[in-house]
Amino acid sequence: MHGLSFDIAHLLAGSLVLVSFMLLYQDRLYALLNIYALHALVLALAVASQAYVQDAPHLYITAAIALVFKAIVIPIALHRMIVKLGIHREIETVVGIGPTMLLGIGLVALSMVVILRVTTEADPLAREDLAFALSVVLLGLLMMVTRRNVVSQVVGFMSLENGLVLAATGAKGMPFVVEISVAFSILIAFIVIGIFLFRIRERFDTVDVHALDRFRGERL
Amino acid sequence: MALILNLAVQAAQMLLVLALAPLLTGFVRKVKAQLLRRQGPPLIQPYRDIIRLLRKDVVLADNASWLFRAIPYLIFAATWVAASLVPTFGTGLMFSWSADLIAIIALLGSARFFLALAGLDVGTAFGGIGSSREVMIASLAEPAMLMIVFTLALVAGSTQLSTMAGFLASGEVGLRVSLGMAMIALIMVAIAENARIPVDNPATHLELTMVHEAMVLEYSGRHLALIDLAAELKLLLYISLIACLFVPWGIAPPDAPPTALLVGAVAYAMKLAACGFLLALFETSIAKMRVFRVPEFLGAALMLGLLATLLLFVSRSL
Repeated sequence: MHGLSFDIAHLLAGSLVLVSFMLLYQDRLYALLNIYALHALVLALAVASQAYVQDAPHLYITAAIALVFKAIVIPIALHRMIVKLGIHREIETVVGIGPTMLLGIGLVALSMVVILRVTTEADPLAREDLAFALSVVLLGLLMMVTRRNVVSQVVGFMSLENGLVLAATGAKGMPFVVEISVAFSILIAFIVIGIFLFRIRERFDTVDVHALDRFRGERL
Repeated sequence: MALILNLAVQAAQMLLVLALAPLLTGFVRKVKAQLLRRQGPPLIQPYRDIIRLLRKDVVLADNASWLFRAIPYLIFAATWVAASLVPTFGTGLMFSWSADLIAIIALLGSARFFLALAGLDVGTAFGGIGSSREVMIASLAEPAMLMIVFTLALVAGSTQLSTMAGFLASGEVGLRVSLGMAMIALIMVAIAENARIPVDNPATHLELTMVHEAMVLEYSGRHLALIDLAAELKLLLYISLIACLFVPWGIAPPDAPPTALLVGAVAYAMKLAACGFLLALFETSIAKMRVFRVPEFLGAALMLGLLATLLLFVSRSL
């Protein structure tokens, strides 16, 4: 099993982490959505390769869901939303790009230290997958924390979920029902967030979450 | 016998890099001109420029110190030594034991330090701007370069270039995402270090944003010839480095027969031509960045290098 199949899994999971960093780096909404689509595409490839290696046909369905919903439907829907909301301008980031990147590197290092310490007895493939998956999750959280625009927070949330799917496929014997329900709950969450987005926009004329803070009377 | 052969290969390489460097620059300029549908200068124009400059008298500023006169020789010597240590057509070089990647970076770093001093020496405003920007770029490019070196050294188990090239040419490397990231980061660093287009424009003396040309504005005659030649050698060095680390196919192993050396030389010429063409294509298809966006560009290179090193810890060695 070692050798080429491990290398391919490593390549795809590593690329997923790299694309997460590209999401952090990107400061325009359209490009952000394109990179999110790339993120989902890499995830679909990683899941499909896991399905081949583990000889688990149900993972192909997970890969197909990732490809159709996350790489095609959600980016197009978000794209339309951006056009409707009329926000094609730059994203304001709370921290600059440089510090964010360094924080991200720190999070990747942290997740590797944690996972490699905790799972010393596990299968190398699963260890590697879990380490990368945790970094993708943490990077998604970092993106949600550092961005003020709601749409890019949604993208951060979706990329976080991609990390969860990667972890689920790396662990052998995860029931298929769990994966399906996670995928659909994310879809529901996406729809709810979409509706909220328009409500926020209607109410405050902006999708900058600081407007909400101001409305609550918090000091900035 | 092997000693004599190694010495001959080393001497051939020293002369080869010196002879090829202006040709490579001429080739890149020619391809760029052709892509813009201009005719462009002939391929040998850089040689002519250097010979013409060598014949001309040196004009020195009144307040130029001895350092200003010594620096072109220092820069040229450091760059030439560095360029002749990078394996080009064969790895069996006489001095390959000293061809440590960190040593090469140190040689280039000292050359840059002296160039920045020369920019400050005469005390003109332009030289000062050029030096300050060069040092700003270098302070970001060098950490990125060191991270790339760490990645490669962790993969190959050595910082010696000939060992690395031999290891990467063998099939044991496999498929590694870290190496891909290191390659992209190295290309970004090479673009910044050689003052190519998204970072600096090598073809103008007139822009306020220029970096390299601003530092050498006060030089003339044989001093300028040496500095130009050193810049051309540096471009050749980076392309050879990328070629010998990431496309090492065809490179002759140590103690190779002359036919293998010949194959290596042909492969090297093809690699140089391909890289030169790609560089010209890249430069014509992209616009120059604002100076204050350069840190972001190099920060991305640094990030890639760091990430490549980190990802190695969860690779096959688990």
